[in-house]
Amino acid sequence: MAQPILEMKHITKDFIGVRALSDVSFTVFDDEIHALVGENGAGKSTLMKIVSGVYPHGSYEGAFYFKGEECKFRDIKDSEAAGIVIIHQELALIPYLSIAENIFLGNERARQGIIDWDDTVVEAKKLLKKVGLQENPNTLIADIGVGKQQLVEIAKALSKNVRLLILDEPTAALNDEESNKLLDLLLELKNHGVTSILISHKLNEVTRVADRITVLRDGKVIETLRNSEGEVNEDRIIKSMVGREIVDRYPARHVPIGEEVFRVEGLTVYDPTNEERAVIKNVSFYLRKGEVVGFAGLMGAGRTEIAMSIFGRSYGVHHKGVIYKNGKKITVHTVSDAIREGIAYVTEDRKNYGLVLINDIRTNISLSSLKSISRAGVIDEEKETTLAGQFRDSLKIKCAGLDQRVENLSGGNQQKVVLGKWIMANPDVLILDEPTRGIDVGAKYEIYTIINRLAAEGKAILMISSEMPELLGMCDRIYVVTEGEIAGELSREMASQENIMKIIMAHQRRERQSLAG
Amino acid sequence: MVIALLFIMVFFQILTGGILFKPMNVTNLVLQNSYVLILGVGMLLCIVTGNVDLSVGSVVAFVGAVSAVLMIDMGMPVPLGVTITLLIGLAVGSFHGFFIAFLRIPPFIVTLAGMLIFRGLTMVILKGQTKAPFDKSIQNIAAGYLPGDWQIGGLNAIAVIIGILLSIAFVISQLYNRAKKKRYDFEVLPLGLELLKIVLVVGAINALTINLAAYNGIPIILIVLFVLISLYTFITKKTVAGRHIYALGGNEKAARLSGVKTQRVMFWVYANMGLLSAIAGLVVAGRLNAATPKAGTGFELDAIAACFIGGASASGGIGTVVGTIVGGLVMGVLNNGMSIMGVSVDWQQTIKGLVLLAAVCFDVYTKSRSSSR
Repeated sequence: MAQPILEMKHITKDFIGVRALSDVSFTVFDDEIHALVGENGAGKSTLMKIVSGVYPHGSYEGAFYFKGEECKFRDIKDSEAAGIVIIHQELALIPYLSIAENIFLGNERARQGIIDWDDTVVEAKKLLKKVGLQENPNTLIADIGVGKQQLVEIAKALSKNVRLLILDEPTAALNDEESNKLLDLLLELKNHGVTSILISHKLNEVTRVADRITVLRDGKVIETLRNSEGEVNEDRIIKSMVGREIVDRYPARHVPIGEEVFRVEGLTVYDPTNEERAVIKNVSFYLRKGEVVGFAGLMGAGRTEIAMSIFGRSYGVHHKGVIYKNGKKITVHTVSDAIREGIAYVTEDRKNYGLVLINDIRTNISLSSLKSISRAGVIDEEKETTLAGQFRDSLKIKCAGLDQRVENLSGGNQQKVVLGKWIMANPDVLILDEPTRGIDVGAKYEIYTIINRLAAEGKAILMISSEMPELLGMCDRIYVVTEGEIAGELSREMASQENIMKIIMAHQRRERQSLAG
Repeated sequence: MVIALLFIMVFFQILTGGILFKPMNVTNLVLQNSYVLILGVGMLLCIVTGNVDLSVGSVVAFVGAVSAVLMIDMGMPVPLGVTITLLIGLAVGSFHGFFIAFLRIPPFIVTLAGMLIFRGLTMVILKGQTKAPFDKSIQNIAAGYLPGDWQIGGLNAIAVIIGILLSIAFVISQLYNRAKKKRYDFEVLPLGLELLKIVLVVGAINALTINLAAYNGIPIILIVLFVLISLYTFITKKTVAGRHIYALGGNEKAARLSGVKTQRVMFWVYANMGLLSAIAGLVVAGRLNAATPKAGTGFELDAIAACFIGGASASGGIGTVVGTIVGGLVMGVLNNGMSIMGVSVDWQQTIKGLVLLAAVCFDVYTKSRSSSR
């Protein structure tokens, strides 16, 4: 029988007016991968912040024990000294320092304050080998991809003699291949005596690697499931997370598809940092009224770049190609052109590109539509408030009031604010880039319902998503994008994960052959 | 910050043995600080975008020098001279704005260069000398009073009446806004606090106007200030342009992807700063009744300090015109109070520095406590 390594006993944590955790108890055993799942706001991150000392001893009730000893951490330093390392969703690496420097940041290989660079590089090489990252330790963090950065974070944790590794949504920004690699690494670390707590929304990953799964809902532990063969599947976990059975993860849509409203012909765009390189190559596609069309593809296939290039040339240089709306050629050289022509783009990165976090809900929603609610440059605040209130109600944005700052909303509600902003701009063509990224199952369903409603209103919707089941569940037609090109098109009937992957593989084979030939 | 201002006022009222609120001194306070307040309003917009303008002190001197050449050396009529001077200020601001917005040079660097360029040009124009005197009407902008000798009980009647009218307008607008906010479930102050606020502001308005009335009446510069403050409060709170400035400062990328023409906004913020620097430059020239090479030295720092004491955020997106005015007055009362008390200039600097630091600390502290809403 395995020994408990971490025991949480009756942990309760209050924020002003909100109980984030209520009497949480659970145990993590030595040498297991323990998954922590739950909707956004269920209390997963709060719990892990207690374990890692971000919330110091005394700011919560209850106690927890690490390797049998009660922990009274005052800060992260204390928890790291004990052997607990947390890797946050937003990576904490310094972009213009090298891999080796980052690994030993705060823990420098030094004698009397003078860094021993040889030792640093040698040790870094060993650690990189352990995590399976083939990079020169002197490479800058800025020059490697997110997936590799994640591995550097883990190497950094290993350098601190970690016993318990906590990963908060480690695969959120990774593609399938990188995710798999990371999960394999966790399994391997387990065999070398490193216990992991994995927080993830991606239930397929959880069921793949976790030994046990603890479900949190509304700050309470619902249950801990043993992930043995055949007993636990995704639906079972979802049911426990939301407290009810979700019969259908994708709401049905019965909308007649109308005329073509939007067409892109021969779009070619070059990389702004390397003007020789075409990132988007001769892309053509069309959208019809009331239709939801998907862009499938791997991370980095160029889907976001296509969308942003269409949206007022927000990406890239030397744009070529023609855009038609309702059969007429239109000019969209700036974002305001795009808005005027009825094109809206809901970004994949709502915090950096979608919202002004320090502003309130009302001003965020109205930001793209100020022209329509003002006269001679003066904003009609009554109208603004009324309209913003309507969107709050119709999109079910949970908030204290329209004057609440959006930075204090949950991910799902923030996403609804971004959606509200673009619905208010009243577009005919709505491009949704990863509209459900990082939001929980319940909120996802609500977003899908909103998408269906918009389609029913006759808008043409282009949906970019890295979650294939979501595309298959929502789209009438799917374009497969790979390496900046459209490699194929699938009707709803033909669309399946296998067919999408086949198209991508075939295209890559062709590319390789043409390179070889 | 209003509380800090009240505290400082009471503090110096006691320490100076009541001189601070003598009618003549109140009038002096207004006249002395007008330029900081004018510059502060423009600086606030720069700070809301997340940047600063370091050139304003030099531009004040440059504009003063240009106006002296136009109106003293060339004998140009005052209205024409003033118009050309203001346009030159706008041009200087546009010069900065062009590099900042369209060539994407960091504002700190562009305006640092501007600071050197326009200080240098001032010396070139003035050849190191002082030009004086200006026409009476230019002096009046900075040091004149509203005409009219009608007296009520020894007080200037116009000043008293203006005070009463402003009080009424303030009370009505506050109650109207409160009702409107309530209708939309917005947060409002508890009624008691709201009434206290109204009583305090009405008290302050009338204390000011009666004090002014007991001396020479309403200074013309006060009217200029009132118009500028009202105008820029309106622009920042009620217009699309204002909203765009705050959105740009809060998150430039999101603002651009929401259709805000960020380059154009940046350009106009700095062009506007040039225009306000020109107004301040004329005020300074009028007050000194001369254009001197050293005019305006260090003004940029006073204006920046006023914004930060008034609660603006150095990272952009946050700050109000009224806050900046309060911040400017805190600095002004400190200067004035310490001068009356005979504190030496060296110590004045030190104390002002400490107050700036304390004010911003206090601000950061209260924000960290209230942001968990």
